[in-house]
Amino acid sequence: MFAILSNMPTITYVDAGGVRRSVPAAFGSTVMATAVQQSVDGIIGECGGSLACASCHVYVEPPWLAIVGPAHDLEAEMLEGALAETLPESRLSCQLTVSAALDGLIVRVARERS
Amino acid sequence: MSAGILVVGASQAGVQVAASLRELGYKDPVTLVGAEPVPPYQRPPLSKGFLDGWTSAEELALRAVDFYSKHDIDLRLGERVTGISMATGKANTDRGDVIRFDRIALTTGARPRRLETPGADLDGVAYLRSIGDAAAIAGRLRLARSVVVIGGGFIGLEAAAAARGLGKEVTVIEAAPRLIGRAVAPVVSSAYLRAHERRGVVVHLSQSVSALEGAHRVVTGVRLRNGRLLAADLVLVGIGVTPRMELARQMGVECRSGVVVDRYARTSDCRVVAAGDVTVMPHPLRGVGDVRLESVQNAVDQAKIAAGSLVDRDEPYTAAPWFWSDQYDLKLQIAGLSTGYDRVVVRGAPESERFSALYYRDGHLIACDSVNRPADFVAVRKALANGENLPASLAADEAIVLKTLLAATG
Repeated sequence: MFAILSNMPTITYVDAGGVRRSVPAAFGSTVMATAVQQSVDGIIGECGGSLACASCHVYVEPPWLAIVGPAHDLEAEMLEGALAETLPESRLSCQLTVSAALDGLIVRVARERS
Repeated sequence: MSAGILVVGASQAGVQVAASLRELGYKDPVTLVGAEPVPPYQRPPLSKGFLDGWTSAEELALRAVDFYSKHDIDLRLGERVTGISMATGKANTDRGDVIRFDRIALTTGARPRRLETPGADLDGVAYLRSIGDAAAIAGRLRLARSVVVIGGGFIGLEAAAAARGLGKEVTVIEAAPRLIGRAVAPVVSSAYLRAHERRGVVVHLSQSVSALEGAHRVVTGVRLRNGRLLAADLVLVGIGVTPRMELARQMGVECRSGVVVDRYARTSDCRVVAAGDVTVMPHPLRGVGDVRLESVQNAVDQAKIAAGSLVDRDEPYTAAPWFWSDQYDLKLQIAGLSTGYDRVVVRGAPESERFSALYYRDGHLIACDSVNRPADFVAVRKALANGENLPASLAADEAIVLKTLLAATG
């Protein structure tokens, strides 16, 4: 059990107040689903990862941007209309699949809904 | 300390009521009772990614397993509230337990409308509402060759798309002359008809089922009113839902086509609120009429309002409705309610499977269906939330980005 846990990638979420929370993430899950499962504030995932609601908007910390890559077409369209400010590092976290490459990923949670 | 709040139904709405009560600082007991044996979960993926195996049961959980205990929510699963006495402030459950309460939130949801034709009770005739239903269907789907879907609404079409994606022969039977007719304009219905046909689904419109036929108690075919027999080893029925109003009726709470609530999610009894699929409410943007919304958005937003009302922090429900449906690679997003429209403006070519239909009433934008055009959806959702209009004459011009028609709100 502990061996499995220690092999799990870790994702760090930074809330609007700058508070960091690092949580283990299952391979194949998404950065959104991981946050919801771990009750990370501000990531709602209302549409369950269907790219329909933008309630899982995050800002990827710059060093990770190259690994994560930019938003794809439909996602970018959703982000353009997002309530929170859209930045070059904006992603919908439901579109980020957890893999070994994302171990250590840091994202800031956008304040998408009040 | 008061006896607290009893939330009946561990649904999307029920979980939100309980969670919002704690967010609002409510300190007294919160009991959340759910008849299903599994922790509260999301239903939308059941007719989408869960059927074709893309989404696992674990991914469906609405909250982490320890969320409820952390927030001091007494979550009781596999237990059904069987009776509620407002006079004594006690509810009975099918386990023989008695739960005391001061106030009640009804989030009992809806159940699938049943088919009443002969043979409807045959094995292999399935309804999709719970995770148990979906798991059983997913298992049968693997082995099935011919799948007949009865009902060309969202659930039926999503299930049809999932079955087709698994390579099954799929036929959809719809009683009305067009698909998803209650929710969208003819131009959108036609686009979905063509999208399904293009991917090999056979669709029968204006056609109903006279009987389900079987051998050894297992379904083998669907007999249409026109006499035709369609072979089927799995029949999925998606012909709408009926609100679960039994408890509300027993409590003497006013019900029509659902539990009647006002803009504050309050029922006719001042100690009882209700939220989600079970309710009928005034139109959230116009404040009049009787609307029943079957959506995650409504469950969540109305539940938040209901929680506020339970702690006497009355705020009216004014959220703009939205909804989505995934079929194949078609992402349909709906903002607003199109009922009562008198004009439809189409942006983009429906044939391209990338277009939007904007609905107007007396010159005012009231709703939008976007297919693979999320920017239109987001712009309209924002316009509706802010009470802004996007003039039809400009919206029809595809070269104009809808967002630029909005007042500068950033």
